[in-house]
Amino acid sequence: MNQNRVDEYRRNFMTTLGGVAAVAAVVPSFVLQTAHAAGEVAAKPVDQAVTNAKRWGMLIDVTKLTDGGAGMVAACKKEHGWGDEAHSADTQKAHWARVVKVTDKLTQNSFSLPVMCQHCENPPCVDVCPTGASMKRADGIVQVNKHICIGCRYCMMACPYKARSFVHEALQDQKPHSPRGMGTVESCNMCVHRIDAGKLPACVEAAPDAVIFGDLNDPNSAVSQAMKTIGGKQIRADLGLNTGVRYHGI
Amino acid sequence: MASQAIIFRETKDSKGFYILLAVLGAFLALGALAFFHAEHHGHHVTGMTNQVVWGLPHVFAIGLIVAASGALNVGSIGTVFGKKIYQPMGRLSALLAISLLVGGLIVLVLDLGHPDRLIVAMTTYNFKSIFAWNIILYNGFLALSAVYIWTMMDRKVKKFYKLAGVAAFTWRLILTTGTGSIFGFLVARDFYNSAVMAPLFIVMSFAMGLAVFILVLHFAYTWTGRPLGDVVMNRLRYLLAVFIGGVLLLEGARHFTGLYIAQKAGVENFILFDGGIYTQLFWVGQIMLGSLLPLSLIFCRKLANNRVALLLAALFTIVGGFAQLYVILIGGQAYPLVLFPGAEVSSDFFDGVINAYEPSIWELMLGLGGVALTLFMVTIGVKVLRFLPDSLSDAVADPHSK
Repeated sequence: MNQNRVDEYRRNFMTTLGGVAAVAAVVPSFVLQTAHAAGEVAAKPVDQAVTNAKRWGMLIDVTKLTDGGAGMVAACKKEHGWGDEAHSADTQKAHWARVVKVTDKLTQNSFSLPVMCQHCENPPCVDVCPTGASMKRADGIVQVNKHICIGCRYCMMACPYKARSFVHEALQDQKPHSPRGMGTVESCNMCVHRIDAGKLPACVEAAPDAVIFGDLNDPNSAVSQAMKTIGGKQIRADLGLNTGVRYHGI
Repeated sequence: MASQAIIFRETKDSKGFYILLAVLGAFLALGALAFFHAEHHGHHVTGMTNQVVWGLPHVFAIGLIVAASGALNVGSIGTVFGKKIYQPMGRLSALLAISLLVGGLIVLVLDLGHPDRLIVAMTTYNFKSIFAWNIILYNGFLALSAVYIWTMMDRKVKKFYKLAGVAAFTWRLILTTGTGSIFGFLVARDFYNSAVMAPLFIVMSFAMGLAVFILVLHFAYTWTGRPLGDVVMNRLRYLLAVFIGGVLLLEGARHFTGLYIAQKAGVENFILFDGGIYTQLFWVGQIMLGSLLPLSLIFCRKLANNRVALLLAALFTIVGGFAQLYVILIGGQAYPLVLFPGAEVSSDFFDGVINAYEPSIWELMLGLGGVALTLFMVTIGVKVLRFLPDSLSDAVADPHSK
């Protein structure tokens, strides 16, 4: 990761923070619009262990997503190379993220949002995994250790968000930074390879005006400040999972 | 033991023995073929998807595992509860239990995305996972059942007979609690997330295990020309009725609770009324053919002492058990996850739609391979070791020796 890139994000973060501070008091719902960039990430030296000092998370303002999040999903697909499995039926193809259209049955109020792994603080997929392959990193990123995943799919049964996919066939031409494997389960890993390099997740970068990414543990981070101002709803909050992916406008 | 001495003897060498092995061997070969096919090409050759992630192999696997713990009951009733008429059947009961469990586990393991990593599953445990606990419970069950058989076969360790029987019985109750909890612990799925799944699976195991035992006992005796009297079979007959009733009671409680709680009503209505194949399997497969028909066959006075009626009752109990498991497993996954209660959802990843599932021939072959392995093990077992009493005629299995 080059330092310029990190500096750029830091600058953007300061801009964002300034924007948040300036606008939040007056027109809360426009907070994200003022945010030119989408958050801050500091590169982690490879010899340094991940700690729980940070908890990565994001706030997605669906009112700012003109495409419902399709651009974010496309960026994810491009980054990780899922979804083009040649032999699998559509129902068997991997989906790390998708756009879900929601229409309230009574009010007919409708909106679309991108749904991926919600990076729960209490992830059911991690609880049920027999080998511990489904794991939560100290910094809150939920992912699969594909070396010890036995492919039992119990995590897929447990996930309330249908965020996980099983690889139904042998794969070729994989992305070196995002290895996948037949017979294992996979899902959004918040672009852990990018975060560790001080970059933003691909989906966040694809929608800088609608998404703020950052450290949920830091009350002064852009994402924490934005959520404090406009809130950050969870999908299925009733399950008590305390998700790391939060939404505004759902 | 019963009033007359019980003599255990291996089954004799016969043409039938080898024909049976050949038939079962053919099914084993087909199962192996299915495994290698899916292992080589990946699971896209199966009907399982990212929506219906557990399919027909899991119905077979869980059916066999559930029946395994139930098959041990016959022995437990004799050992733990001191009913002497059951004691001569204890050895077969434990052999059948081991064989059913191995048959079920082999299907489960061979359906994994990475069966080659079984060693990982056996050595790396996440103790918060009921699956991990089940691995320990299954292995413990095999070991305890083997010890139980040992105490029944070797006079030198006969003093541990009761202890081994009680340990195996206790273990099997915990084991089936674990199997039911695989579903009970799934917070996100309204058709599963209930503590009733554990006792439901226990009583299902009673019924299915006993039904399998009745069929195996009958054919083991008929095909080897050994006498098997009505006294023993009628005991098992009415016990089966009690267990079927138990399943109906807990199923009733489960479904009524589901209908009552608005959050669960969607999936309940789907299964009970609008679920197509799942609704048919529930009402026709599980309730009519799998419960009411066996009960009628058992209690119809004209069919008292009628062996064929009992065998049919046992067969349909198994059919009902598999229908029930199919509805629980596949039906529960066919109904979409509820991301936004009270809203309609749609996406290009099948949100908000009923998920289709069509089992492939490979899955059926793998499942039948597990059944074949079970029967193969029992057939070999009774041939090489003294599992079966020479006779279970009414005179031997004295009804008055309580």
